[in-house]
Amino acid sequence: MVIAVLAAMFLHGLVTEKGYGWGVVGQYFFSRRVLDGLVLTIELTVIAMAIGIALGIVLAVMRMSPNPLVSGSSWVYIWFFRGTPLLVQLLFWYNLAALYPKLGLGIPFGPEFVSGTANSFITPFAAAIFGLGLNEGAYMAEIVRAGFLSVDEGQTEAAQSLGMTRLQTMRRVVLPQAMRVIIPPTGNETISMLKNTSLVSVIAVTELLYSVQLIYAANYQTIPLLIVASLWYLVVTTLLTFGQYYIERHYSRGSARELPRTFLQRLRDNLMTARGKPSARVPGSEHI
Amino acid sequence: MSAVMADAMVRAEDVHKRFGRLEVLRGISLEVAPREVLCVIGPSGSGKSTFLRCINHLEPINAGRLYVDGTLVGYVERGGRLHELAEREVCRRRAEIGMVFQRFNLFPHRTALENIMEGPVVVKKESRTEAAEHARALLDRMGLADKLDSYPSQLSGGQQQRVAIARALAMRPKLMLFDEPTSALDPELVGEVLDAMRALAAEGMTMVVVTHEIGFAREVADSLVFMDNGLIVERGAPRKVIANPRHERTRAFLSKVL
Repeated sequence: MVIAVLAAMFLHGLVTEKGYGWGVVGQYFFSRRVLDGLVLTIELTVIAMAIGIALGIVLAVMRMSPNPLVSGSSWVYIWFFRGTPLLVQLLFWYNLAALYPKLGLGIPFGPEFVSGTANSFITPFAAAIFGLGLNEGAYMAEIVRAGFLSVDEGQTEAAQSLGMTRLQTMRRVVLPQAMRVIIPPTGNETISMLKNTSLVSVIAVTELLYSVQLIYAANYQTIPLLIVASLWYLVVTTLLTFGQYYIERHYSRGSARELPRTFLQRLRDNLMTARGKPSARVPGSEHI
Repeated sequence: MSAVMADAMVRAEDVHKRFGRLEVLRGISLEVAPREVLCVIGPSGSGKSTFLRCINHLEPINAGRLYVDGTLVGYVERGGRLHELAEREVCRRRAEIGMVFQRFNLFPHRTALENIMEGPVVVKKESRTEAAEHARALLDRMGLADKLDSYPSQLSGGQQQRVAIARALAMRPKLMLFDEPTSALDPELVGEVLDAMRALAAEGMTMVVVTHEIGFAREVADSLVFMDNGLIVERGAPRKVIANPRHERTRAFLSKVL
């Protein structure tokens, strides 16, 4: 009851309070600059997560290697990147030119093939990708490792007894089964990443948050523009949640006797029962 | 390499295996001839499963020699010492030895057919059509022609174990190892798995079977080994050992399981 009253008051405020400026929200929601910022946010999320997942798998395989040098270096990487704040790492990449003014690619102590000033390589966008991706790798490594550990030892032995190498066993047998454990926290990480990209506004990358900041710095419509950004974050998060459901469903092959039904299938079932027609499912199963 | 050594399918010479300070195998020596079926019985903790796992190098050995078809498994001998082989080479030798596990260990994310195709396609680089054809024939032989597209979770224990046997056979092994293949099964499902193994033995497959099925051992095995405490206590023709054990420990064990 109390919650209902509070909710009603809040909704009433949302509609009547001038400060929310819903007109301004509508005006900027599809504006060019906001949409450009949104695209950049999505780009950053996708690229940084791709780097994070790839790096995470490599680090997890290294971490479980019998070679102490290999597993040790993976441990050090995870220790370092989890142990320092993401914001500091971003600022560090952004200011790398102060540490190494010149960067080059070549044979160590030998000739260089490419070289140039650090600032020409490490653009703000590149700094954002490095900062977000390398940090994410450390977290993904632990998620992937937990996935590997969840797969029964007998699976590895069965694969080995067929003559598979360690890498073939990982790729063909362990990883596909580990996916069921890896995906839910990875969905979490992707959503975190989407929102963490807003941190790169400090290094002048015009992603979603920085775009609206630039707009409200000029017109002082702070709250409406923050609402614009928030609504877009919510929209993308919702889409990601749907995507995760379908990926999970794909990897549940063989673990359940019947695949869970998709959103669309469930919607259709509900509509059918609402109209009084029996659905294709076992009668009564949806009323339990 | 002597002729005797090359003739035996499996030849163990004074094999030792330790887990930490615990000595699980304390000098196992035996030979298994081609087409022979050897059953290994013994109380739990006697080291029989460990010995089986040493044969295909799932467990490294600490001392002694283990040859399969005249070749050391997992090692190369140089100057009287064993050196662990490179992974590729270990895998190549393992691929010639089939293994069936107590808990089936089928790949749950693949159908029965895909389970059987996995080894030939990934390890032997067979074409998918060729592998699928062979897999169908094997499932048919196991009486599971209608279960091609079933996932392991949709099969009974007995059916899963028969798929596991087919999966091992798909690699066209020259030796099959069975690690208590019926111990995880409901009693009424044991028969179908033993029948499949009996058929395999009749076709002349060389088999080493760790089992508690004394009836199967008596009927199918050419030779029976009783192990206790990391050592072979006695070996002989199954009927003789079972009806007339020479050692007190064998007698005590058999009186409990028969």
